[in-house]
Formats: sequence, C-alpha cells, structure tokens
Amino acid sequence: MELGFIVKNLKLMVRSGSENLTVDVNGGYVGDLLSDVIANSKQGDIWITRQIHQNIVAVATLKDLAGIILVDNNEPARETLEKAIREMVPVMVSELPCFETAGRIYQLIAAREK
Amino acid sequence: MKLSEVQQILDAEVVVGQDQMQKDVYTAFGADLMSDVLAFARPGTMLLTGLTNPQVIRTSEILDIAAIIIVRGKVPPPETIKLAEELNIPILRTRYILFETAGRLYRWGIVGCVDKVDAGKKRG
Amino acid sequence: MPGKSADKKPSFSDTFSVVGGNFDDAGRVSSRIKGILKKMCLPFEVIRKAAICTFEAEMNIVCYAQRGDITLSVDEDRIVIEVVDQGEGIPDIDLAMQAGYSTSTAKIREMGFGAGMGLMNIDRYADDFDITSEVGKGTKLVMIVNITEGS
Repeated sequence: MELGFIVKNLKLMVRSGSENLTVDVNGGYVGDLLSDVIANSKQGDIWITRQIHQNIVAVATLKDLAGIILVDNNEPARETLEKAIREMVPVMVSELPCFETAGRIYQLIAAREK
Repeated sequence: MKLSEVQQILDAEVVVGQDQMQKDVYTAFGADLMSDVLAFARPGTMLLTGLTNPQVIRTSEILDIAAIIIVRGKVPPPETIKLAEELNIPILRTRYILFETAGRLYRWGIVGCVDKVDAGKKRG
Repeated sequence: MPGKSADKKPSFSDTFSVVGGNFDDAGRVSSRIKGILKKMCLPFEVIRKAAICTFEAEMNIVCYAQRGDITLSVDEDRIVIEVVDQGEGIPDIDLAMQAGYSTSTAKIREMGFGAGMGLMNIDRYADDFDITSEVGKGTKLVMIVNITEGS
C-alpha cells in the first residue's frame, strides 16, 4: 500500500519527504526506544513514535523504513526536520494518539490484504 | 471488553492478576516513554508497552492504569512481578509487537484513551 | 473553607527521603504519598495531579541527584509538595524546561524516562510550580495543587 494512501486516510500532515509518498508500506512498527526500533523494525515499515529528536531520521534511513509518523500532534524538532528534508525521509504528524494511529493503519493494511 | 477477552485476542499469558480477568476495559494507551504515559493516559486504561522495569508498575499505580500489556514477548523481571502483585495490577504478556497489539485491540473496538492531545498545552 | 483561613497551619506534614540511583525502589515515596492523600478522601483529580507531580520529581532525584527529601504538606485548601535534592544542580533552568531537553544517560532512557518531559509534566499538572537551582549544590521544586471540588 502506498504511503500516500495512509496520509490521505488519516489526514496526516506531511512535514518532509513529500517526494517519497509513493513508497510501499509493508507493515507498521510502534516504538519510542531507538534501540528497539533498530533491532526489531522491518524494511518498509511505517514507524509510529512520539520521539522528535533528529536520531529518528538516522534510524529510518538505516532500517529503510517507509516513513515516520509522530503522534499526538508532536512536531519534529528543527534539526530533525532539516535532516529529514535533506534525506527525503517522510516525516508526518498525526493528531491522534499512538494507539489510534496504529489501530487505523493496521485496519487499512488488513483491508488491503483481503 | 473483559480482560479475559483481551487475553484471547492477544494470545497472551497472564503474568499477574489471574483473579482480575473479569475486569472491564474500553481504552488503551501505547507508549515506551513513561513521561508520555504520565502526561496523557487516563485512569482505567490499558497500558501497552515494551518496557518491563518496575517503574512501569509505579507509573501505572500513580495513574490507576487498569492493566499492563507487555508486548514483544518480553519477560518482566522478578522485581516487576513482585511489585505488580503487591499493588494488585494485572500484567498480560503477548508475543505480538506493539503495532499488531494495538491493531488487534482496535479492531475489536478498543479505543484510544485520549481523544485528541494538545501537545503544546502549557509548553513554552 | 471561608472564615478560618487566618492560621495556615498545615493539617498534615511529613518528609520522606529518596536515595539517588536506587532505581528498583524509585516511585515508592510517590506511592506512599498517593496513599496518604487517598486516606484524606480528597477529590480524585486532585490526588492524581499531586501524585503525577511527585512521581516525576522523585524520578528526577533518582536519576540525577545523590539524595533528596520530599515534604508533603496538606491544609484545607491546598497540597504543597516541596522537593529538595543534593545533586549537581541545573545551570540553565529555561533550557531544562524545554520540551525534549535532557541530560539523561542511555540507562535512564531505556527505562522510559529522561525524554525531557518530566519538568513539563510537573508544570502541566501543578497549579503552581517553582524551581530554583544552585550548580554544585542541588535543586528545589515547590509544587502546589489546589484542593477544589470537581477539579
């Protein structure tokens, strides 16, 4: 499923990487501890987190994640945004909490697989 | 939804609180940052987290969390279990990742425990 | 509440000490204080606000100071929680109050703390919050939660 479909469906606010919204999302990963996300997320996952510091961009690049969704209306820190724009990593903001954001994306992916 | 149903949906093991499986739950909050939980989680919600240290139990007690769902099959250390038993807070352990856990519960009608968060509230 | 507010003697006051670096025990004082407030039959939201502030402050002592004291005072219309620690102190309080700013270690972060949200949480939940610090000596927090019905 295209990332852009999720963006539209959840009314996410795209803060960077809008040139990469056609990327394919294979699954999702929720986590606020970078070591956990590095260890356990999979390529093509959309990453849902409330961490806003610039290391998240490095993790997304390292693990070839489809993009990063910041929950609870959290905006990326300035350095995070600059880095994400430079590296064309999609960073998006969801007004929903983590649980609801994950739940809805899970539903979308499940519906597509049928 | 009863905690016993949550246990089934998540194929979970009851680590603490077998006697509380009839408790009703309607909402969930997912996070690995305890300060995030402290800022936004409402009383009576389930906490979904990958953390297993005793501070998770303390945080849950302070906030009157209904139950803790530990994800990714992580095994809580004995001091965490002991504290949860002492404070009578149920712990369930599932092998699913947090994304899958949230997705399954959402599908069965559990909702987020905050409607919308104003992250900027009172922040400089 | 009206009438007798001339003498502001707290109806309850007690001090609890917290040991820095003792993570297994961190939060015990906050649990105890929550229990005391519950026994006083204060409104649920008042207890909740006071408990959250105390817990964040207690975690700060455990994470960053050698030791500290938490004093709980309750009178008719407010809860005052005073936290005094012996630690390194905070050189720039404005910076420390900023979202996401933290000097925490990897160990603290792995426990789900140290994300630069603690002081903000206190500011969010306390009705009145004051912080003073002296580098090399320690930090003092005064957190006040008003006791109002239906809050």
